[in-house]
Amino acid sequence: MKVLVTVKRVIDYHVRVRVRADGSDVDLNNVKMAANPFCEIAVEEAVRMKEKGWVSEIVAVSVGPAEASEQLRAALALGADSAILVETTGSAEPLTVARLLAALCERENPDLVLMGKQSIDTDHNQAGQMLAALNGWPQATFASAIERDGDELRVTREVDGGLRTQSLVPPAVITTDLRLNEPRFASLPNIMKAKQKPLKTLTPDELGVTPEQHVRLLGVSEPPARKAGIRVADVAELVNKLKNEAKVIP
Amino acid sequence: MSILVVAEHDNAQLSANTRKVLGAARELNTEVHLLVMGHGCAAVSEQGCRLDGVGRVLLADDALYQHQLAEPCAALVSRLATQYRHVLAPATTFGKDVLPRAAALLGVGMVADVVEVESEDTFVRPIYAGNALARVQSLDPVTLLTVRPTAFDPVAEGGEPAPVETVAAVAVDNSSRFVGDELSASERPELTSARVVVSGGRGLGSKEQFALLEQLADKLGAAVGASRAAVDAGLADNDQQVGQTGKIVAPELYIAVGISGAIQHLAGIKDAKIIVAINKDEDAPIFEMADYGLVADLFEVLPELIEKL
Repeated sequence: MKVLVTVKRVIDYHVRVRVRADGSDVDLNNVKMAANPFCEIAVEEAVRMKEKGWVSEIVAVSVGPAEASEQLRAALALGADSAILVETTGSAEPLTVARLLAALCERENPDLVLMGKQSIDTDHNQAGQMLAALNGWPQATFASAIERDGDELRVTREVDGGLRTQSLVPPAVITTDLRLNEPRFASLPNIMKAKQKPLKTLTPDELGVTPEQHVRLLGVSEPPARKAGIRVADVAELVNKLKNEAKVIP
Repeated sequence: MSILVVAEHDNAQLSANTRKVLGAARELNTEVHLLVMGHGCAAVSEQGCRLDGVGRVLLADDALYQHQLAEPCAALVSRLATQYRHVLAPATTFGKDVLPRAAALLGVGMVADVVEVESEDTFVRPIYAGNALARVQSLDPVTLLTVRPTAFDPVAEGGEPAPVETVAAVAVDNSSRFVGDELSASERPELTSARVVVSGGRGLGSKEQFALLEQLADKLGAAVGASRAAVDAGLADNDQQVGQTGKIVAPELYIAVGISGAIQHLAGIKDAKIIVAINKDEDAPIFEMADYGLVADLFEVLPELIEKL
């Protein structure tokens, strides 16, 4: 089985973002960037599948700026065999990302595409489902366990109310949830070796995709601030405040 | 042109989230049709047709929709969508699974997790774990939206029941199969619609000690939530996780016990009316959000709190 795994370069999840003074967007100047945490889980899962002998080849893919090659090198250091950067300027919409990935699937013929369930910057949670639709493939979103059952993949999904298990016949798209696995760190020798692995860059043009705009960003603002709270001294004061000041308990 | 709202249900009961999506649809001020996809789900269309603002219920009752898998549901939604200006679904695991797939089948974009309807084509949605709000404009002829249920008021029951019209299933070539559900049993209110939520973090230490929270919750008629750390440590179930990647809650009262308050957790509770934090670390970020903070050892104060309520 050949796996294509996607990695998005996003703001590091520890960073508290600031809105630009002109309200046009958030300020990403001099901010630490990293791989999206859900993508790291996807890469880890692809590597584990390879270690179990289910997977013969892993191709890591990123749609983003030239700097996203850093995140692809990290994926190579973790065990991906090759990497493809689809270089775009600015932020590509989920449907555009899905179209680019669909075009790549035609070239690469993977049996499985593993993606994060959402990126922590735009919080869309769309690209995986859209890719599955464009390819006409089944999808399993929010995966917390993936097992092999003959020719099928048995996926446990985290849904509201509990867990759901579905069976998919590849080719398919699976998006990862937090508890699918714990990503490993790359070792220094593997980081060195990753520099020798193939990383090619393509443009949307070369994939025959013209990015289209479906949703326009009009502006970004700070969420309304909560008014400052107070410290209470003990349980008695807390209960008193909740009853008589906030009036949220009888 | 009218609006199509995709109903969320379990073939027997329409979810409370659907009534909130109808609340969002009402702000667009045109005729609303409610689509019920399921199997043996006549009771759901019966409930739906009585809701305020619903002009018609479209019932697709077929074995194909029994488990509401994304593939058949998205195929039907995209088939119907061309007759509407807007298609709305709740931003729950169901809506998030189905709607982006339908959007791609239609070749249109989608606006996820809408918290404010500004006009027919302009919406507000949180980005970066709710640390910023984006105003976005949809440029497509049909606009697909998932709606954050906690941001809208539910519609009530109306007067005359709306007519129910049967819709034929759309066959799909699908290689995805339902295997089974393992739903968490709980007598307590549902997390996203509870008036009071009591949440625990890793500070509770063990599953046994986590049960202390359940006693507190029972006293308050509250739902029990958890931080990611508590879920990862096995203290609570996955579907109890509150935060950017778990559930978004907006109760009247949120009590965070032993939760430090990572950005990702705060993203899920920002809209609670009153936040109470109990933590022994006085520098924990949760105190910046809390209306009432108590710096104390939770094992000392929890029993006292349970007793005093």
